Amino acid sequence: MNIDTVMVDYISQLSRLELEAEEKQDMAAQLGQVIAYMDVLNKLDTDGVEPMSHVFPVKNVLREDEVLPSQDRAELLSGSPVPDEEAFLTPKAVE
Amino acid sequence: MTWETVIGLETHVELATKTKIFCSCTTAFGGAPNTHCCPVCTGMPGTLPVLNKKVLEFAVKAGLALNCSITRYSRFDRKNYFYPDLPKAYQISQLYLPIARDGAVPIRTDTGDKTIRIHELHMEEDAGKLVHDPWLEQTRADYNRCGVPLIEIVTEPDFRTAGEVIAYLEKLKEMLQYLGVSDCKMQEGSLRCDVNLSVRPLGSCELGTRTEMKNLNSFKAIARAIGYEARRQIELIEEGKRVVQETRRWDENKDASYAMRSKENAQDYRYFPEPDIPPIELSQKYLDGLRASQPELAEAKRARYQADYGLPAYDCEMITSHRALAAFFEALVELGVPPKQGANWMMGQVLGALSQRAMEPKDMKLTPSTLARLISLVGEGRLNRNTAVKVFEAVFDTNGDVDEYVAAHGLEQVNDSQLVQEICVKVLQAHPQSVSDYRGGKEKAFGFLVGQVMRALKGKANPQTVNEALRKLLDA
Amino acid sequence: MELTKLTALELGAAIKRGEVSVRQAVQAALDSISAQNKRLNAFLTVTGERALERAEQLQAGVKHAQSPLYGVPMALKDNICTKGVKTSCASKILGDFTPPYDADVVERLARAGAVSLGKLNMDEFAMGSTSETSFYGPVKNPWDLQRVPGGSSGGAAAAVAAGMGWYAIGSDTGGSIRQPASYCGVTGMKPTYGSVSRYGLIAYASSLDQIGPLCRDAADCAAILDALMGRDPKDSTSLDGPYGNLLHGLTGDVRGRTIGLPIQCFGDGLDSEVKAAVLAVADVLKARGAQVVELPFPVMEYVVPTYYIIAAAEASSNLSRFDGIKYGWRAEGCQGLGELYRKTRTQGFGSEVKRRILLGTFVLSSGYYDAYYKKALQAKAVIKEAFDRAFARCDLLLTPVAPATAPKLGESLSDPLQMYLSDVYTVSVNLAGLPGLSMPCGFDGKGLPIGAQLIGPHFGEGVLLNAAHAFQKDTDYHKRTPKGGEPA
Repeated sequence: MNIDTVMVDYISQLSRLELEAEEKQDMAAQLGQVIAYMDVLNKLDTDGVEPMSHVFPVKNVLREDEVLPSQDRAELLSGSPVPDEEAFLTPKAVE
Repeated sequence: MTWETVIGLETHVELATKTKIFCSCTTAFGGAPNTHCCPVCTGMPGTLPVLNKKVLEFAVKAGLALNCSITRYSRFDRKNYFYPDLPKAYQISQLYLPIARDGAVPIRTDTGDKTIRIHELHMEEDAGKLVHDPWLEQTRADYNRCGVPLIEIVTEPDFRTAGEVIAYLEKLKEMLQYLGVSDCKMQEGSLRCDVNLSVRPLGSCELGTRTEMKNLNSFKAIARAIGYEARRQIELIEEGKRVVQETRRWDENKDASYAMRSKENAQDYRYFPEPDIPPIELSQKYLDGLRASQPELAEAKRARYQADYGLPAYDCEMITSHRALAAFFEALVELGVPPKQGANWMMGQVLGALSQRAMEPKDMKLTPSTLARLISLVGEGRLNRNTAVKVFEAVFDTNGDVDEYVAAHGLEQVNDSQLVQEICVKVLQAHPQSVSDYRGGKEKAFGFLVGQVMRALKGKANPQTVNEALRKLLDA
Repeated sequence: MELTKLTALELGAAIKRGEVSVRQAVQAALDSISAQNKRLNAFLTVTGERALERAEQLQAGVKHAQSPLYGVPMALKDNICTKGVKTSCASKILGDFTPPYDADVVERLARAGAVSLGKLNMDEFAMGSTSETSFYGPVKNPWDLQRVPGGSSGGAAAAVAAGMGWYAIGSDTGGSIRQPASYCGVTGMKPTYGSVSRYGLIAYASSLDQIGPLCRDAADCAAILDALMGRDPKDSTSLDGPYGNLLHGLTGDVRGRTIGLPIQCFGDGLDSEVKAAVLAVADVLKARGAQVVELPFPVMEYVVPTYYIIAAAEASSNLSRFDGIKYGWRAEGCQGLGELYRKTRTQGFGSEVKRRILLGTFVLSSGYYDAYYKKALQAKAVIKEAFDRAFARCDLLLTPVAPATAPKLGESLSDPLQMYLSDVYTVSVNLAGLPGLSMPCGFDGKGLPIGAQLIGPHFGEGVLLNAAHAFQKDTDYHKRTPKGGEPA
């Protein structure tokens, strides 16, 4: 799999990152190298192997539906880059 | 050319749990901004989700009611996208193994019966609320709704008219309310609908390019939006233009929809299994237990009321229009009230009193046992029907004691035939003209005389006794 | 008594006996930090005043102390949330972030009477193998200031090695405790996935991350794990288990234990001095009655790609929440929301973090999911099975931690792939969720510490600690301390 700058643009856009033209070339080369190396996995026969997302067979971890006090709002908002007493502020969100 | 409209629905329903899906904050509606929040639902770094047991239970109950097959091994996935109403920048949802699939909902419309197929039902978390502040030129994010549990119910593209869509939604709403899994209040956003719509020449089997419409807040809006969008697409095609696959937003004030600017670029949500939540495996025992505890739904009740109690279809419809009403009616029957009498009181008095007060049935104070007592007093001949209606009005708002009220106001029916006899004699003496009219064959005069007797007895007499006594005297 | 040379348990016992006050211990650590941190850059935040206040509180209760670690000063990697104390993940984007809550491990340590000295430097968001990707400058190896301490828990390893606190709490996603422990000559352990709560650990790769200790020896390690491990209802991946008896169970008896040497771990690419030192561990344990067998481990060539696909994918999602809106740093002068996202993230993340976010975004993107991400999840199942087969034949595995001793600063970052490949011995342990321990087992010709890795089955912490304890009874590598970091 070859990674070109078009692909780098696409995944940068998806991850909200912005690379300079020069960086893009480097990134494409580096990612290309890493991904080419990952293609070694194609040698591994995984036919019929169930993809494993959780390594231990834990299941049904559930919580009772009981209300606990929420956190103090001032504490939650204390780290916000734009201080406000009630809400997190953002530039106008489209729509 | 004749065109056919093809519609599929995605309905989001907020579940009526006490706490959010992944944390213990309250789901209560309202509340000052960001006061129903904690580090988990505001997406603070390092926090982790823990699934609410009730959410799973409600989702499975809904799935069973929609005749879905329940996924025995189910999982959560992350849906990744950036938007300020989603503080983690991913929504925990289900893509690969939704909790329920392949359901069917029968609906009834003016044009006949039809079955809407359910593609899937999955669990997910709601997003927060964004309010733009024009003075500050800033958008304010409130995460109180963030993490409120939702189920999303996706149908196959089986609808052809707005009428079918509304019939389905009404059915869905009734079902979910009966199950107790959601209050389905559209005005509070606890039932929301996205409409996928395309058009094609009638008879064609291929689907046209579809658009998705959002922000539909009422059945009326849904119906209007469907009409608008179908016309718009047909006009485009007839002008030789193409329908563009896009998301459109319905503007209720302008009665029109417009394309939403695509969020930055193509949507590639990069779903993958949520590593923070272990899978869900449902045992046969768990499913059997839930199946056994499913309440009887409205449709089954209607059928039963008709078959077992011989109630008219319309009465059944009205009584089952709310879970609380049906429960009230069934409690009356349980207390020994003959079903037909119970239904008459429901239809006549209870529904009337509620609509007069614009009151929700579940908020009613009157209890079934109070009404049952009132009905039994009529049955025993101790109250006549008209007086009983007055008593009903008097006790409805406070669930007052029927016996006390009747005693305090001296309303008990007069069954003393001696007394009735005496009054009848007096009335006949006072109205000789009417007596001769009656005897001359004018039946109408009889009604007048009965009225006079009732008036003299302040309406408390048993009408039957009065009739008999008068006839006896007149025909003698 | 030179306090900073004691083990955590020795110091705890001295405090309990009243020979040392908690305040004295804290002061000794703070002095050591003031003397050395400028050179080593191990601490990002030193909470001296808080620590001294805490020392007073703890001193009052010393008579009733239950925990063997009561009053012992320690420090936390800067990706573990501490209420009221800045937690930056060594990133610019979280430079101002002060969490509104404590991580579960922080609460557990507080209950065990720990005193925190502050927060430790690391690779940015735990992504790196050298602790050079920190926005706040690289950590130096106390054995040689020209060299890296390893990563990503490099600040933790350097602090313990240099006597700036008696133990440290790090996190390990692909070797981030074990490899720096090895480079700095300390003992470190990544316990079984799910045995220590991740609640409050700022996630890199959720299915692989695990918190664990870096410390002086196996006994300290056992005591710290006894304090850390336990089911946490706030972490759905947290397991019920046999907890709390590691220190008690530490006998050093390895008679009848079978130690497996995976053949593929001792082949090409392994430095000969490292190889000799690791194999010598087998000899020591054999002399104490253990059996040693060679066994095949045919999946080695797949572990690095599998690990990096899964870790990068999860990271790309986990790090999306850093957007300059709710907390942390926000880029200035942005026109509109889109620009705010892009500028904040582009300027707020370092290049290694961006590389992994992009890699992870790629392997999850439409059209590539099956070929990369799904394939990696299948490979993970195959790797897990290879471990199951190995543990059917032996009680623990012995391998190197890293192919060589600590490299020089600046050598690794220029070639990301080469850096990724150096994680070959450690990442499989995370993929399979197993416990892995790193302990000093010798020094190379340059005087740099060499580490050996012991890998156990699910919940095999006791077996690993016993083997390490046995080895440390017969050797003194773990007792050696750096002279001051000038090259030998």
